[in-house]
Amino acid sequence: MLNFTVKQLAVELAARRLSSVEVTQYFIKRINALGKALNAFISVDEEQSLASARAADQLLAAGKGGPLTGIPLAHKDIFCTKGWLTTCGSKILSNFVAPYDAHVIERFNQAGAVIAGKTNMDEFAMGSSNETSFYGPVQNPWDTAAVPGGSSGGSAAAVAARLAPAATGTDTGGSIRQPAAFTGTCGLKPTYGVVSRYGMIAFASSLDQGGPFAKTAEDLALMLNVMAGFDARDSTSLQREPEDYTRELAQPLQGLRIGLPAEFFAAGLASDVARAVDAAIAEFRRLGCETVEVRLPNMRLSVPVYYVLAPAEASSNLARFDGVRYGYRAPEYSDLLDMYCKTRAQGFGAEVKRRILIGTYVLSHGYYDAYYIKAQKLRRLIAQDFAEAFRRCDVIMGPTTPTTAFNLGEKAGDPVQMYLSDIYTIAVNLAGLPGMSIPAGFGDGNRPVGLQLIGNYFGEAKMLNAAHQYQQVTGWHLEMPASVRSEAP
Amino acid sequence: MKWETVIGLETHAQLSTRSKIFSGAPIAFGAAPNTQACEVDIALPGVLPVLNRGAVERAIRFGLAVGGRINPRSVFARKNYFYPDLPKGYQISQYELPIVVGGTLEIVVGDQQKTVHLTRAHLEEDAGKSLHEDFHGMTGIDLNRAGTPLLEIVSEPDLRSSAEAVAYAKTLHALVRWIDICDGNMQEGSFRCDANVSVRPAGSDKLGTRCEIKNLNSFRFLERAIEYEVRRQIEVLEDGGRIVQETRLYDPDRDETRPMRSKEDAMDYRYFPDPDLLPLEVSRQWLEEIQAKMPALPQARQAAFRLRGLSAYDALLLVGSREIADYFERMTAGADPSVAKLCANWINGALSAKLNDAGIDISQSRISAAQLRGLVDRIADGTISGKIAKDVFDAMWAGEGDPDTIIEKRGLRQISDSGEIQKIVNQVIAANPQQVADYRSGKEKAFNSLVGQVMKATKGKANPAQVNSLLKQKLGGS
Repeated sequence: MLNFTVKQLAVELAARRLSSVEVTQYFIKRINALGKALNAFISVDEEQSLASARAADQLLAAGKGGPLTGIPLAHKDIFCTKGWLTTCGSKILSNFVAPYDAHVIERFNQAGAVIAGKTNMDEFAMGSSNETSFYGPVQNPWDTAAVPGGSSGGSAAAVAARLAPAATGTDTGGSIRQPAAFTGTCGLKPTYGVVSRYGMIAFASSLDQGGPFAKTAEDLALMLNVMAGFDARDSTSLQREPEDYTRELAQPLQGLRIGLPAEFFAAGLASDVARAVDAAIAEFRRLGCETVEVRLPNMRLSVPVYYVLAPAEASSNLARFDGVRYGYRAPEYSDLLDMYCKTRAQGFGAEVKRRILIGTYVLSHGYYDAYYIKAQKLRRLIAQDFAEAFRRCDVIMGPTTPTTAFNLGEKAGDPVQMYLSDIYTIAVNLAGLPGMSIPAGFGDGNRPVGLQLIGNYFGEAKMLNAAHQYQQVTGWHLEMPASVRSEAP
Repeated sequence: MKWETVIGLETHAQLSTRSKIFSGAPIAFGAAPNTQACEVDIALPGVLPVLNRGAVERAIRFGLAVGGRINPRSVFARKNYFYPDLPKGYQISQYELPIVVGGTLEIVVGDQQKTVHLTRAHLEEDAGKSLHEDFHGMTGIDLNRAGTPLLEIVSEPDLRSSAEAVAYAKTLHALVRWIDICDGNMQEGSFRCDANVSVRPAGSDKLGTRCEIKNLNSFRFLERAIEYEVRRQIEVLEDGGRIVQETRLYDPDRDETRPMRSKEDAMDYRYFPDPDLLPLEVSRQWLEEIQAKMPALPQARQAAFRLRGLSAYDALLLVGSREIADYFERMTAGADPSVAKLCANWINGALSAKLNDAGIDISQSRISAAQLRGLVDRIADGTISGKIAKDVFDAMWAGEGDPDTIIEKRGLRQISDSGEIQKIVNQVIAANPQQVADYRSGKEKAFNSLVGQVMKATKGKANPAQVNSLLKQKLGGS
């Protein structure tokens, strides 16, 4: 069961060779055994999980199961989950039990999936290493000295360590793709508006998008089939016909045009990552793909643009955490202002405070035009670069990250170095495009390398097709860290 | 020195939607605290706003009614500040691109008509309420009002006196009710004004420094607050001081305005477009649909009434509300101008007084338009005099039935039989030799006294015109 994909588990469950209760118990035992050291989970609630598993078994017994019925999934602790502690990795929500389900959770519940637990994450999804979590850093299962990436570090580590067959995450500037790359897992960020943000605690509303983690592209497609879809409660949710993301998986890649942006392969890219990515692209050529060089001249601006827009939105989105209605409130204060100041000073960590300050500054009177408006204009230029590139190719490929996973503590003191680890992923969020990361081998020190695929708007099925075909002829996605290979939970 | 007052008003009209502007929670005034607030209104983590189409339609109706421009694309922005009754830590409002731009409102002060220009009208959400009483040193928060849709209507500084400001506010108040976008209930805060007031030397074209007076929720407070503030500013300036730009609060108990916060500690609201809401697009088709459902506007109906021979003033009073105008139209179906004029007098006079005393609206009137028309017809055809009609009207108000029934029952029919009147005239002349002599010696007053005697003898039922002519004949006058 250890290395079963979602697809394989579903077959076993449907055939009643395994029950959801057995599968759930198996993974919860692994979470309790291995997950503690990795610190991948914030909440586990075996009772609630098993209750859902029993309900799923009834559905399965009645032959009413779907592709995800009975499958235990790990959810990033950013999704409000009714009756579950939902912390967003922050002290300020450390006592917050959500009274409602996020749209994504609702969808998985309707599909009969089981909640295996809530995963650790950078505080309010602000971070690239999972080191900003109030609940402490997560270790990378491939090398416990390394970070798992962030902000969805717990979900990535959970899938990598086989603590759950699949997981959810959110991606604002690379928070699914970067940890997927660092942990040798697959992660997908859909086109902005494909997955409802309702109930997903906001970091930067115009960039946030939920998406899945799994071992294979096919599992990602199955997950996305459940997560995607119009939701009237999110005004940015797109009203489109539901699509089956598995529909193109089996198509041969003959003639697929792969765009290779020169900017992705320039200075700053570590040679071990470059080697693995080059090899992966060679594999795609063998599968019949053509490669063309494309240019993204404004991509270099994406990090500064992002660090104006995302903090600006965050500074406003996080204003509701004021100690008045829910969440943490400072135990002692003299008056209202003092209550606000102490609650937020004690409730937020350093990185969150830094971004609130940056965001407050760039929106301030006299600076707004110079920063916010300018950044919005550049954002459009970045999106235009991609539009131009997609005239010449079907999918863009390159490295997900400039290096493999760095060490815990290595960049924690240097925010700019930390921000630059998202240099290849951020532009995709700014443009609202879909992107994914799949394992493409290993770099120095046996740390995984991720290959990034970027699709045109609503090009998820095309990306998944390319990734799936690659995974039919390679085995990187099935590799497991040595420390987690024992079948016993 | 002579001073000129300059006033601009910002009015918040609560839009009469069933649910809130960005959530499905109901709007009910006076409900138990925090029972009309859903997860969106209390700003739980992860919730998102969804715009209420009904609120947008009402804003568009307003824009059309004042002849403003409806922006085909307007943008919701976040106004950021911390306050316990502002759950998200920001208010969703419109800033750079409001839904309505420009427009005008015609007001009448005394016999002067004036055009007031509007700057803009934009949609926004209301905040909750902080309750400072009954919590023993703590503050209670009621979020029922949070997310209630408001239309903020901003006038240009076109108003020159408290009387003009009040006339503007009243006209606006009548208009928002006329077009069914706001219930206009001022006690419940559905319609409230902030006034920007400044003074300048008469003849100057440079604006003085202004003060903003907040939250004036009655026309009387609006008037008094402006009057106090104008006096205060003139005193400061005449004493050689200068006006500090600030926000002031009117205290009705002390009838004065007091500083609330100065410009120096004015907050930086860090407005930026709300990324949770798409720009609001108003298609031509939607606009046309709304236009098609617009009622005839007060100005149009006032003009139509004037064409029926009414004075500007009478016509203005009749468009005080759509219900009054409708009442007048029902009452005057098929009437000629003289009868229409009588009808207007009765509505604007006796009926309006009774409604005011009873504190009710014309739609709740105890006398229907048809009944009141019946009364007017009896005056016009000479059955009763205007004076007797007052008594009949009172009886109708008291519920005694139709005018004809009351006239018959009480025997109030006017005496127009000249033989009968002649008889009484003769009796009166015989009984009052002194007045007759006085009249004949040139004292006109004595004539009125004789008329009064005749009217008294007939209990007011004699046709006054006939009495006059018969008396004059008899006394040898013209």
